[in-house]
Amino acid sequence: MSGTWITTRAWLLMLPLLIVMVAVIGWPLADTVQLSFTDARLVGTSGSYVGFDNYVRLVSGNAFGRTLFTTTFFALVVVTTEMVFGVLAALLLNQQFRGRTLLRALMILPWALPTVVNATLWRLIYNPEYGALNAALTQLGLISGYRSWLGEPGTALAALIVADCWKNFPLVALIALAALQAVPRDVVAASFVDGAGAFARFRFVTLPYLAGPLMVALVLRTIEAFKVFDIIWVMTRGGPANSTRTMSILVYQEAFSFQRAGSGASLALIVTLIITVLAVAYGTMVKKVAGSAA
Amino acid sequence: MERQNPLFRLFLHVAALLLAAVILAPLLWLFVMSISPAADLAAKPLRWWPATMDFSRYATLLSTLENSAGAAFTASLRNSLMVAGMATVAAVALAVPAGWAVSRTPSVGWSLSLVIATYMLPPVALAVPLYMALAKFGLLNNVFGLALVYLTILAPFTTWLMKSGFDGIPREIEQAAVIDGASLWQTLRIITLPLAMPVVATSALFAFLLGWDEFFYALLFTSDQRAKTLTVAIADLAGGRVSDYGLIATAGVLAALPPVLIGLVMQRALISGLTAGGVKG
Repeated sequence: MSGTWITTRAWLLMLPLLIVMVAVIGWPLADTVQLSFTDARLVGTSGSYVGFDNYVRLVSGNAFGRTLFTTTFFALVVVTTEMVFGVLAALLLNQQFRGRTLLRALMILPWALPTVVNATLWRLIYNPEYGALNAALTQLGLISGYRSWLGEPGTALAALIVADCWKNFPLVALIALAALQAVPRDVVAASFVDGAGAFARFRFVTLPYLAGPLMVALVLRTIEAFKVFDIIWVMTRGGPANSTRTMSILVYQEAFSFQRAGSGASLALIVTLIITVLAVAYGTMVKKVAGSAA
Repeated sequence: MERQNPLFRLFLHVAALLLAAVILAPLLWLFVMSISPAADLAAKPLRWWPATMDFSRYATLLSTLENSAGAAFTASLRNSLMVAGMATVAAVALAVPAGWAVSRTPSVGWSLSLVIATYMLPPVALAVPLYMALAKFGLLNNVFGLALVYLTILAPFTTWLMKSGFDGIPREIEQAAVIDGASLWQTLRIITLPLAMPVVATSALFAFLLGWDEFFYALLFTSDQRAKTLTVAIADLAGGRVSDYGLIATAGVLAALPPVLIGLVMQRALISGLTAGGVKG
Protein backbone atom coordinates (compact mmCIF):
# COMPACT_ATOMS: atom_id res chain seq x y z
CA MET A 1 0.00 0.00 0.00
CA SER A 2 1.33 3.43 -0.80
CA GLY A 3 2.01 6.02 1.87
CA THR A 4 -0.33 8.57 0.31
CA TRP A 5 -3.26 6.17 0.47
CA ILE A 6 -2.53 5.39 4.13
CA THR A 7 -2.45 9.11 4.96
CA THR A 8 -5.61 9.76 2.94
CA ARG A 9 -7.34 6.87 4.68
CA ALA A 10 -6.33 8.29 8.08
CA TRP A 11 -7.82 11.66 7.16
CA LEU A 12 -11.02 10.01 5.97
CA LEU A 13 -11.36 8.18 9.29
CA MET A 14 -10.79 11.41 11.18
CA LEU A 15 -13.16 13.42 9.02
CA PRO A 16 -16.35 12.91 11.07
CA LEU A 17 -14.58 14.00 14.26
CA LEU A 18 -12.96 16.97 12.56
CA ILE A 19 -16.24 18.13 11.01
CA VAL A 20 -18.00 18.02 14.39
CA MET A 21 -15.09 19.75 16.11
CA VAL A 22 -15.09 22.56 13.54
CA ALA A 23 -18.86 22.93 13.94
CA VAL A 24 -19.02 23.00 17.73
CA ILE A 25 -15.59 24.44 18.64
CA GLY A 26 -13.79 25.96 15.65
CA TRP A 27 -16.62 28.01 14.29
CA PRO A 28 -17.91 29.28 17.67
CA LEU A 29 -14.38 30.27 18.66
CA ALA A 30 -13.92 32.21 15.42
CA ASP A 31 -17.29 33.85 16.01
CA THR A 32 -16.25 34.79 19.56
CA VAL A 33 -13.15 36.48 18.13
CA GLN A 34 -15.30 38.42 15.68
CA LEU A 35 -17.86 39.33 18.37
CA SER A 36 -15.13 40.59 20.69
CA PHE A 37 -14.54 43.53 18.34
CA THR A 38 -18.20 44.57 18.34
CA ASP A 39 -20.69 45.99 20.80
CA ALA A 40 -23.17 43.17 20.06
CA ARG A 41 -25.90 42.38 22.57
CA LEU A 42 -26.89 38.81 23.41
CA VAL A 43 -30.32 39.28 21.82
CA GLY A 44 -31.38 41.84 19.26
CA THR A 45 -28.63 43.93 17.72
CA SER A 46 -25.68 42.21 16.08
CA GLY A 47 -23.61 45.27 16.97
CA SER A 48 -21.09 47.34 15.07
CA TYR A 49 -17.32 47.20 14.87
CA VAL A 50 -15.63 48.94 17.79
CA GLY A 51 -12.02 47.78 17.37
CA PHE A 52 -10.20 47.07 20.61
CA ASP A 53 -12.59 49.19 22.71
CA ASN A 54 -13.92 46.20 24.66
CA TYR A 55 -10.46 44.98 25.53
CA VAL A 56 -9.21 48.40 26.60
CA ARG A 57 -12.29 49.13 28.69
CA LEU A 58 -12.20 45.72 30.40
CA VAL A 59 -8.52 45.64 31.22
CA SER A 60 -8.57 49.21 32.57
CA GLY A 61 -11.76 48.62 34.58
CA ASN A 62 -11.33 47.73 38.25
CA ALA A 63 -13.31 44.47 38.15
CA PHE A 64 -10.74 42.84 35.88
CA GLY A 65 -7.65 43.19 38.06
CA ARG A 66 -9.43 42.12 41.18
CA THR A 67 -11.06 39.12 39.49
CA LEU A 68 -7.77 38.04 37.93
CA PHE A 69 -6.18 38.21 41.37
CA THR A 70 -8.98 36.17 42.96
CA THR A 71 -8.75 33.54 40.21
CA THR A 72 -4.96 33.29 40.44
CA PHE A 73 -5.11 33.05 44.21
CA PHE A 74 -7.80 30.36 44.06
CA ALA A 75 -5.90 28.32 41.45
CA LEU A 76 -2.57 28.65 43.25
CA VAL A 77 -3.92 27.60 46.65
CA VAL A 78 -6.15 24.72 45.50
CA VAL A 79 -3.56 23.23 43.16
CA THR A 80 -0.73 23.45 45.72
CA THR A 81 -2.89 21.98 48.48
CA GLU A 82 -4.17 19.18 46.26
CA MET A 83 -0.64 18.29 45.14
CA VAL A 84 0.75 18.19 48.68
CA PHE A 85 -2.13 16.24 50.21
CA GLY A 86 -2.45 14.03 47.13
CA VAL A 87 1.20 12.95 47.30
CA LEU A 88 1.03 12.44 51.08
CA ALA A 89 -2.09 10.28 50.72
CA ALA A 90 -0.43 8.30 47.92
CA LEU A 91 2.69 7.67 50.04
CA LEU A 92 0.41 6.43 52.80
CA LEU A 93 -1.60 4.18 50.47
CA ASN A 94 1.64 2.74 49.10
CA GLN A 95 2.49 1.33 52.56
CA GLN A 96 1.38 -2.07 53.84
CA PHE A 97 -1.44 -1.94 56.38
CA ARG A 98 -4.76 -3.58 56.94
CA GLY A 99 -7.69 -1.92 55.15
CA ARG A 100 -5.48 -0.33 52.52
CA THR A 101 -7.49 -1.76 49.60
CA LEU A 102 -10.70 -0.43 51.11
CA LEU A 103 -9.19 3.00 51.72
CA ARG A 104 -7.94 3.11 48.14
CA ALA A 105 -11.46 2.29 46.94
CA LEU A 106 -12.87 5.13 49.05
CA MET A 107 -10.56 7.62 47.32
CA ILE A 108 -12.57 7.30 44.13
CA LEU A 109 -15.73 8.59 45.85
CA PRO A 110 -15.03 12.35 45.98
CA TRP A 111 -13.77 12.19 42.40
CA ALA A 112 -16.95 10.41 41.24
CA LEU A 113 -19.27 12.78 43.11
CA PRO A 114 -20.71 15.27 40.58
CA THR A 115 -19.22 18.75 41.01
CA VAL A 116 -22.64 20.31 41.56
CA VAL A 117 -23.51 17.74 44.24
CA ASN A 118 -20.18 18.45 45.94
CA ALA A 119 -20.91 22.19 45.88
CA THR A 120 -24.42 21.61 47.23
CA LEU A 121 -23.12 19.32 49.98
CA TRP A 122 -20.60 21.89 51.18
CA ARG A 123 -23.15 24.67 50.91
CA LEU A 124 -25.30 22.70 53.33
CA ILE A 125 -22.32 22.03 55.62
CA TYR A 126 -21.51 25.77 55.72
CA ASN A 127 -25.15 26.79 56.25
CA PRO A 128 -25.23 29.75 58.68
CA GLU A 129 -28.25 28.53 60.66
CA TYR A 130 -28.27 24.73 60.51
CA GLY A 131 -24.92 23.80 59.01
CA ALA A 132 -22.85 20.91 60.32
CA LEU A 133 -19.66 22.98 60.48
CA ASN A 134 -21.22 25.54 62.80
CA ALA A 135 -22.74 22.77 64.92
CA ALA A 136 -19.50 20.81 65.17
CA LEU A 137 -17.31 23.83 65.97
CA THR A 138 -19.81 25.11 68.55
CA GLN A 139 -20.18 21.72 70.21
CA LEU A 140 -16.39 21.43 70.38
CA GLY A 141 -16.25 24.90 71.92
CA LEU A 142 -14.08 26.30 69.11
CA ILE A 143 -16.47 29.11 68.15
CA SER A 144 -18.94 30.89 70.40
CA GLY A 145 -21.68 31.60 67.86
CA TYR A 146 -22.83 30.42 64.44
CA ARG A 147 -21.14 32.15 61.52
CA SER A 148 -22.06 32.71 57.91
CA TRP A 149 -19.03 31.05 56.29
CA LEU A 150 -20.14 31.73 52.73
CA GLY A 151 -21.80 35.04 53.58
CA GLU A 152 -18.73 36.89 54.80
CA PRO A 153 -16.09 38.13 52.33
CA GLY A 154 -13.37 37.12 54.81
CA THR A 155 -14.21 33.41 54.86
CA ALA A 156 -16.15 32.67 51.65
CA LEU A 157 -13.14 32.08 49.40
CA ALA A 158 -11.40 29.89 51.99
CA ALA A 159 -14.60 27.86 52.40
CA LEU A 160 -14.75 27.33 48.63
CA ILE A 161 -11.10 26.31 48.54
CA VAL A 162 -11.67 23.63 51.17
CA ALA A 163 -14.65 22.24 49.23
CA ASP A 164 -12.68 22.16 45.97
CA CYS A 165 -9.61 20.55 47.54
CA TRP A 166 -11.69 17.84 49.21
CA LYS A 167 -13.12 16.81 45.84
CA ASN A 168 -9.89 16.95 43.87
CA PHE A 169 -6.98 15.83 46.05
CA PRO A 170 -8.02 12.13 45.86
CA LEU A 171 -7.54 12.27 42.09
CA VAL A 172 -3.97 13.52 42.52
CA ALA A 173 -3.49 10.79 45.12
CA LEU A 174 -4.67 8.06 42.72
CA ILE A 175 -2.40 9.33 39.94
CA ALA A 176 0.57 9.57 42.31
CA LEU A 177 -0.18 6.11 43.71
CA ALA A 178 -0.17 4.56 40.24
CA ALA A 179 3.21 6.21 39.63
CA LEU A 180 4.57 4.98 42.98
CA GLN A 181 3.60 1.44 42.14
CA ALA A 182 5.66 1.69 38.98
CA VAL A 183 8.85 2.19 41.02
CA PRO A 184 10.78 -1.09 40.58
CA ARG A 185 11.23 -2.96 43.84
CA ASP A 186 14.85 -3.83 43.18
CA VAL A 187 15.72 -0.14 42.85
CA VAL A 188 14.21 0.48 46.29
CA ALA A 189 16.02 -2.56 47.66
CA ALA A 190 19.30 -1.35 46.20
CA SER A 191 18.87 2.03 47.90
CA PHE A 192 18.49 0.20 51.23
CA VAL A 193 21.70 -1.69 50.61
CA ASP A 194 23.40 1.59 49.80
CA GLY A 195 22.17 2.93 53.15
CA ALA A 196 19.89 5.69 51.88
CA GLY A 197 17.68 7.32 54.53
CA ALA A 198 13.95 7.78 54.12
CA PHE A 199 14.28 11.32 52.79
CA ALA A 200 17.12 10.53 50.39
CA ARG A 201 15.11 7.56 49.16
CA PHE A 202 12.10 9.77 48.44
CA ARG A 203 14.18 12.47 46.78
CA PHE A 204 16.41 10.29 44.59
CA VAL A 205 14.50 7.04 44.08
CA THR A 206 10.78 7.81 44.29
CA LEU A 207 10.49 11.42 43.10
CA PRO A 208 11.92 10.81 39.60
CA TYR A 209 9.14 8.30 38.99
CA LEU A 210 6.52 10.67 40.39
CA ALA A 211 7.68 13.79 38.57
CA GLY A 212 6.24 13.06 35.12
CA PRO A 213 2.70 12.02 36.12
CA LEU A 214 2.56 14.74 38.77
CA MET A 215 3.52 17.42 36.24
CA VAL A 216 0.70 16.28 33.98
CA ALA A 217 -1.74 16.39 36.91
CA LEU A 218 -0.39 19.82 37.84
CA VAL A 219 -0.94 21.22 34.35
CA LEU A 220 -4.46 19.84 34.01
CA ARG A 221 -5.53 20.85 37.52
CA THR A 222 -4.16 24.37 37.04
CA ILE A 223 -6.06 24.79 33.78
CA GLU A 224 -9.24 23.52 35.44
CA ALA A 225 -8.79 25.70 38.51
CA PHE A 226 -8.34 28.72 36.27
CA LYS A 227 -11.53 27.89 34.38
CA VAL A 228 -13.50 27.20 37.59
CA PHE A 229 -17.20 28.01 37.37
CA ASP A 230 -19.54 25.29 38.65
CA ILE A 231 -18.57 25.05 42.30
CA ILE A 232 -18.47 28.82 42.71
CA TRP A 233 -21.73 29.41 40.91
CA VAL A 234 -23.58 26.91 43.09
CA MET A 235 -21.99 27.98 46.38
CA THR A 236 -21.72 31.78 46.18
CA ARG A 237 -22.39 33.03 42.62
CA GLY A 238 -19.21 35.07 43.02
CA GLY A 239 -20.39 36.87 46.17
CA PRO A 240 -20.41 38.17 48.84
CA ALA A 241 -19.25 41.58 47.59
CA ASN A 242 -17.59 39.82 44.61
CA SER A 243 -15.04 38.24 46.95
CA THR A 244 -15.27 34.85 45.19
CA ARG A 245 -15.78 36.11 41.64
CA THR A 246 -13.46 34.29 39.25
CA MET A 247 -12.85 34.99 35.55
CA SER A 248 -15.46 32.53 34.29
CA ILE A 249 -18.08 34.03 36.62
CA LEU A 250 -17.18 37.52 35.40
CA VAL A 251 -17.56 36.43 31.77
CA TYR A 252 -20.91 34.84 32.57
CA GLN A 253 -22.14 38.05 34.21
CA GLU A 254 -20.91 40.23 31.36
CA ALA A 255 -22.26 38.10 28.52
CA PHE A 256 -25.40 36.59 30.01
CA SER A 257 -26.52 38.63 33.05
CA PHE A 258 -25.81 42.01 31.42
CA GLN A 259 -26.26 40.56 27.91
CA ARG A 260 -23.17 42.36 26.61
CA ALA A 261 -22.14 39.64 24.18
CA GLY A 262 -19.36 41.71 22.61
CA SER A 263 -17.45 42.56 25.73
CA GLY A 264 -18.20 39.14 27.22
CA ALA A 265 -16.48 37.63 24.19
CA SER A 266 -13.42 39.85 24.66
CA LEU A 267 -13.20 38.83 28.28
CA ALA A 268 -13.53 35.14 27.41
CA LEU A 269 -10.68 35.48 24.93
CA ILE A 270 -8.47 37.18 27.51
CA VAL A 271 -9.10 34.21 29.83
CA THR A 272 -8.29 31.81 26.98
CA LEU A 273 -5.06 33.68 26.28
CA ILE A 274 -3.98 33.52 29.93
CA ILE A 275 -4.69 29.78 30.08
CA THR A 276 -2.80 29.19 26.83
CA VAL A 277 0.25 31.07 28.13
CA LEU A 278 0.09 29.07 31.37
CA ALA A 279 -0.24 25.78 29.49
CA VAL A 280 2.66 26.53 27.14
CA ALA A 281 4.89 27.59 30.03
CA TYR A 282 3.97 24.43 31.90
CA GLY A 283 4.42 22.28 28.80
CA THR A 284 8.00 23.50 28.49
CA MET A 285 8.53 22.70 32.15
CA VAL A 286 7.04 19.20 31.76
CA LYS A 287 9.47 18.45 28.94
CA LYS A 288 12.37 19.61 31.11
CA VAL A 289 11.27 17.52 34.10
CA ALA A 290 10.64 14.48 31.91
CA GLY A 291 14.07 14.96 30.38
CA SER A 292 15.90 15.26 33.68
CA ALA A 293 14.00 12.37 35.28
CA ALA A 294 14.93 9.96 32.50
CA MET B 1 12.62 -5.25 53.32
CA GLU B 2 12.31 -2.53 55.92
CA ARG B 3 11.39 -3.67 59.39
CA GLN B 4 8.61 -1.42 60.55
CA ASN B 5 8.96 -0.26 64.09
CA PRO B 6 5.75 -0.22 66.19
CA LEU B 7 5.71 3.57 66.39
CA PHE B 8 5.73 3.81 62.60
CA ARG B 9 2.95 1.23 62.36
CA LEU B 10 0.86 3.21 64.84
CA PHE B 11 1.48 6.38 62.82
CA LEU B 12 0.40 4.61 59.62
CA HIS B 13 -2.86 3.45 61.15
CA VAL B 14 -3.67 6.84 62.66
CA ALA B 15 -2.98 8.53 59.34
CA ALA B 16 -5.10 5.98 57.49
CA LEU B 17 -8.01 6.48 59.88
CA LEU B 18 -7.70 10.24 59.53
CA LEU B 19 -7.73 10.00 55.73
CA ALA B 20 -10.76 7.71 55.82
CA ALA B 21 -12.58 10.14 58.13
CA VAL B 22 -11.78 13.12 55.88
CA ILE B 23 -13.11 11.29 52.83
CA LEU B 24 -16.16 9.72 54.45
CA ALA B 25 -17.46 12.36 56.86
CA PRO B 26 -18.95 14.76 54.27
CA LEU B 27 -20.43 11.87 52.27
CA LEU B 28 -21.98 10.22 55.31
CA TRP B 29 -23.39 13.57 56.38
CA LEU B 30 -25.06 13.99 52.99
CA PHE B 31 -26.76 10.62 53.50
CA VAL B 32 -27.69 11.35 57.13
CA MET B 33 -29.27 14.65 56.08
CA SER B 34 -31.34 12.80 53.49
CA ILE B 35 -32.88 10.47 56.11
CA SER B 36 -33.20 12.90 59.04
CA PRO B 37 -36.59 14.45 59.81
CA ALA B 38 -36.57 18.20 59.08
CA ALA B 39 -36.89 18.98 62.81
CA ASP B 40 -33.66 17.09 63.59
CA LEU B 41 -31.75 19.07 60.96
CA ALA B 42 -32.94 22.37 62.41
CA ALA B 43 -32.31 21.35 66.03
CA LYS B 44 -29.74 23.14 68.19
CA PRO B 45 -27.57 21.45 69.22
CA LEU B 46 -27.66 19.61 65.94
CA ARG B 47 -28.76 15.97 66.08
CA TRP B 48 -26.03 13.98 64.29
CA TRP B 49 -28.07 10.83 63.85
CA PRO B 50 -31.88 10.82 63.46
CA ALA B 51 -34.01 9.25 66.20
CA THR B 52 -36.10 7.69 63.45
CA MET B 53 -34.82 7.23 59.95
CA ASP B 54 -37.04 8.84 57.36
CA PHE B 55 -36.73 7.58 53.80
CA SER B 56 -39.86 9.35 52.59
CA ARG B 57 -37.93 12.00 50.66
CA TYR B 58 -36.62 9.35 48.28
CA ALA B 59 -40.20 8.36 47.51
CA THR B 60 -41.16 12.04 47.12
CA LEU B 61 -38.42 12.73 44.60
CA LEU B 62 -38.92 9.56 42.61
CA SER B 63 -42.70 9.89 42.32
CA THR B 64 -43.98 10.93 38.94
CA LEU B 65 -47.19 12.59 40.12
CA GLU B 66 -47.89 15.61 38.00
CA ASN B 67 -46.74 19.01 39.32
CA SER B 68 -45.05 17.42 42.33
CA ALA B 69 -41.43 18.02 43.34
CA GLY B 70 -40.89 14.48 42.11
CA ALA B 71 -42.13 15.24 38.60
CA ALA B 72 -39.49 17.96 38.14
CA PHE B 73 -36.81 15.71 39.58
CA THR B 74 -37.62 12.62 37.52
CA ALA B 75 -37.84 14.78 34.39
CA SER B 76 -34.34 16.10 35.03
CA LEU B 77 -33.13 12.56 35.75
CA ARG B 78 -34.49 11.45 32.40
CA ASN B 79 -32.95 14.47 30.63
CA SER B 80 -29.54 13.80 32.20
CA LEU B 81 -29.67 10.15 31.12
CA MET B 82 -30.67 11.12 27.59
CA VAL B 83 -28.18 13.96 27.11
CA ALA B 84 -25.22 12.12 28.65
CA GLY B 85 -26.20 8.89 26.88
CA MET B 86 -26.59 10.41 23.43
CA ALA B 87 -23.43 12.49 23.74
CA THR B 88 -21.51 9.39 24.88
CA VAL B 89 -22.66 7.26 21.94
CA ALA B 90 -21.83 10.05 19.48
CA ALA B 91 -18.44 10.76 21.07
CA VAL B 92 -17.38 7.11 21.02
CA ALA B 93 -18.60 6.70 17.43
CA LEU B 94 -16.40 9.64 16.41
CA ALA B 95 -13.48 8.60 18.60
CA VAL B 96 -13.01 4.97 17.50
CA PRO B 97 -12.12 5.60 13.84
CA ALA B 98 -10.24 8.82 14.62
CA GLY B 99 -8.30 7.24 17.49
CA TRP B 100 -7.30 4.27 15.35
CA ALA B 101 -6.25 6.50 12.46
CA VAL B 102 -3.97 8.62 14.65
CA SER B 103 -2.55 5.58 16.43
CA ARG B 104 -1.58 3.87 13.16
CA THR B 105 -0.72 6.97 11.12
CA PRO B 106 1.40 9.27 13.31
CA SER B 107 1.73 11.81 10.49
CA VAL B 108 -1.86 12.98 11.11
CA GLY B 109 -1.30 13.15 14.88
CA TRP B 110 -0.99 16.93 14.91
CA SER B 111 -4.70 17.24 14.17
CA LEU B 112 -5.52 15.25 17.31
CA SER B 113 -3.14 17.46 19.31
CA LEU B 114 -5.11 20.41 18.01
CA VAL B 115 -8.38 18.79 19.05
CA ILE B 116 -7.01 18.01 22.51
CA ALA B 117 -5.62 21.53 22.90
CA THR B 118 -9.24 22.75 22.88
CA TYR B 119 -9.33 21.41 26.44
CA MET B 120 -7.66 24.68 27.41
CA LEU B 121 -10.60 26.69 26.10
CA PRO B 122 -12.90 27.78 28.88
CA PRO B 123 -16.51 26.97 27.93
CA VAL B 124 -17.28 30.68 28.24
CA ALA B 125 -15.17 31.25 25.09
CA LEU B 126 -17.70 29.25 23.04
CA ALA B 127 -20.88 29.96 24.98
CA VAL B 128 -22.16 33.10 23.24
CA PRO B 129 -21.95 31.84 19.61
CA LEU B 130 -23.28 28.44 20.68
CA TYR B 131 -26.20 30.14 22.41
CA MET B 132 -26.99 32.22 19.32
CA ALA B 133 -26.68 29.21 17.01
CA LEU B 134 -28.89 26.99 19.16
CA ALA B 135 -31.45 29.79 19.33
CA LYS B 136 -31.39 30.12 15.53
CA PHE B 137 -31.99 26.39 14.96
CA GLY B 138 -34.64 26.16 17.70
CA LEU B 139 -32.39 23.88 19.77
CA LEU B 140 -32.32 25.90 22.98
CA ASN B 141 -33.93 24.01 25.86
CA ASN B 142 -33.62 20.83 23.83
CA VAL B 143 -31.87 17.58 24.82
CA PHE B 144 -30.50 17.03 21.30
CA GLY B 145 -29.02 20.52 21.17
CA LEU B 146 -27.42 20.06 24.58
CA ALA B 147 -26.00 16.64 23.65
CA LEU B 148 -24.45 18.19 20.54
CA VAL B 149 -22.81 20.90 22.64
CA TYR B 150 -21.50 18.26 25.07
CA LEU B 151 -19.42 16.84 22.22
CA THR B 152 -17.11 19.86 22.67
CA ILE B 153 -16.03 18.23 25.94
CA LEU B 154 -16.60 14.51 25.36
CA ALA B 155 -15.24 13.97 21.85
CA PRO B 156 -11.65 15.22 22.34
CA PHE B 157 -11.38 13.29 25.58
CA THR B 158 -12.67 9.96 24.23
CA THR B 159 -10.49 10.26 21.11
CA TRP B 160 -7.46 10.74 23.30
CA LEU B 161 -8.33 7.66 25.38
CA MET B 162 -9.06 5.58 22.28
CA LYS B 163 -5.78 6.60 20.68
CA SER B 164 -3.75 5.48 23.69
CA GLY B 165 -5.86 2.31 23.80
CA PHE B 166 -5.06 1.44 20.17
CA ASP B 167 -1.39 2.26 20.86
CA GLY B 168 -1.46 -0.66 23.29
CA ILE B 169 -2.61 -3.12 20.62
CA PRO B 170 0.40 -4.29 18.58
CA ARG B 171 -0.03 -3.42 14.91
CA GLU B 172 1.84 -6.66 14.10
CA ILE B 173 -1.40 -8.54 14.88
CA GLU B 174 -3.21 -6.49 12.25
CA GLN B 175 -0.37 -6.95 9.76
CA ALA B 176 -0.42 -10.71 10.29
CA ALA B 177 -4.13 -10.82 9.53
CA VAL B 178 -3.62 -8.75 6.38
CA ILE B 179 -0.86 -11.11 5.23
CA ASP B 180 -3.24 -14.03 5.79
CA GLY B 181 -5.55 -12.39 3.27
CA ALA B 182 -8.00 -10.47 5.45
CA SER B 183 -9.09 -7.11 4.13
CA LEU B 184 -8.42 -4.11 6.33
CA TRP B 185 -12.07 -3.86 7.38
CA GLN B 186 -12.18 -7.56 8.26
CA THR B 187 -9.01 -7.12 10.28
CA LEU B 188 -10.45 -4.20 12.21
CA ARG B 189 -13.75 -5.95 12.80
CA ILE B 190 -12.40 -9.38 13.74
CA ILE B 191 -9.04 -8.54 15.37
CA THR B 192 -8.67 -4.94 16.47
CA LEU B 193 -12.11 -3.92 17.70
CA PRO B 194 -12.63 -6.95 19.95
CA LEU B 195 -9.21 -6.30 21.49
CA ALA B 196 -10.12 -2.63 21.95
CA MET B 197 -13.47 -3.29 23.62
CA PRO B 198 -12.18 -2.70 27.17
CA VAL B 199 -10.84 0.71 26.11
CA VAL B 200 -14.09 1.49 24.30
CA ALA B 201 -15.97 0.66 27.50
CA THR B 202 -13.66 2.78 29.66
CA SER B 203 -13.92 5.70 27.24
CA ALA B 204 -17.70 5.41 27.19
CA LEU B 205 -17.84 5.39 31.00
CA PHE B 206 -15.61 8.45 31.24
CA ALA B 207 -17.67 10.22 28.62
CA PHE B 208 -20.89 9.39 30.43
CA LEU B 209 -19.49 10.63 33.75
CA LEU B 210 -18.39 13.89 32.08
CA GLY B 211 -21.82 14.34 30.53
CA TRP B 212 -23.58 13.52 33.79
CA ASP B 213 -21.37 16.04 35.62
CA GLU B 214 -21.72 18.91 33.13
CA PHE B 215 -23.33 22.06 34.51
CA PHE B 216 -22.27 25.22 32.69
CA TYR B 217 -23.80 24.58 29.28
CA ALA B 218 -26.88 22.99 30.82
CA LEU B 219 -27.39 26.09 32.99
CA LEU B 220 -27.18 28.38 29.94
CA PHE B 221 -29.02 26.37 27.34
CA THR B 222 -31.95 24.81 29.23
CA SER B 223 -34.86 26.49 30.94
CA ASP B 224 -37.54 23.98 31.92
CA GLN B 225 -38.45 20.33 32.42
CA ARG B 226 -38.15 19.55 28.74
CA ALA B 227 -34.36 19.72 28.87
CA LYS B 228 -33.11 20.77 32.33
CA THR B 229 -30.54 18.26 33.55
CA LEU B 230 -30.01 16.92 37.04
CA THR B 231 -27.10 19.24 37.81
CA VAL B 232 -29.22 22.30 37.01
CA ALA B 233 -32.18 20.91 38.97
CA ILE B 234 -29.97 20.41 42.03
CA ALA B 235 -28.41 23.85 41.72
CA ASP B 236 -31.96 25.26 41.52
CA LEU B 237 -32.89 23.40 44.70
CA ALA B 238 -29.72 24.50 46.51
CA GLY B 239 -30.14 28.13 45.49
CA GLY B 240 -33.91 28.28 45.84
CA ARG B 241 -36.20 28.70 48.79
CA VAL B 242 -36.54 25.05 49.67
CA SER B 243 -36.90 24.98 53.44
CA ASP B 244 -36.20 21.27 53.83
CA TYR B 245 -32.44 20.77 53.51
CA GLY B 246 -33.01 17.03 53.68
CA LEU B 247 -34.74 17.17 50.31
CA ILE B 248 -31.73 18.89 48.73
CA ALA B 249 -29.47 16.25 50.27
CA THR B 250 -31.69 13.46 48.93
CA ALA B 251 -31.49 14.89 45.42
CA GLY B 252 -27.72 15.00 45.85
CA VAL B 253 -27.54 11.36 46.95
CA LEU B 254 -29.67 10.23 44.00
CA ALA B 255 -27.60 12.25 41.51
CA ALA B 256 -24.36 10.93 42.98
CA LEU B 257 -25.44 7.30 43.04
CA PRO B 258 -24.85 6.35 39.36
CA PRO B 259 -21.33 7.85 39.05
CA VAL B 260 -20.31 6.62 42.51
CA LEU B 261 -21.44 3.07 41.68
CA ILE B 262 -19.66 3.23 38.32
CA GLY B 263 -16.57 4.52 40.12
CA LEU B 264 -16.56 1.73 42.68
CA VAL B 265 -17.32 -1.14 40.30
CA MET B 266 -15.04 0.03 37.51
CA GLN B 267 -12.28 1.26 39.77
CA ARG B 268 -9.42 -0.61 38.16
CA ALA B 269 -10.37 0.36 34.62
CA LEU B 270 -11.00 3.97 35.60
CA ILE B 271 -7.66 4.34 37.37
CA SER B 272 -5.72 2.88 34.46
CA GLY B 273 -7.67 5.20 32.17
CA LEU B 274 -6.86 8.14 34.42
CA THR B 275 -3.16 7.42 34.38
CA ALA B 276 -3.00 6.54 30.69
CA GLY B 277 -5.13 9.30 29.31
CA GLY B 278 -4.37 11.92 31.91
CA VAL B 279 -7.18 13.24 34.04
CA LYS B 280 -10.89 13.80 33.84
CA GLY B 281 -11.44 17.17 32.21
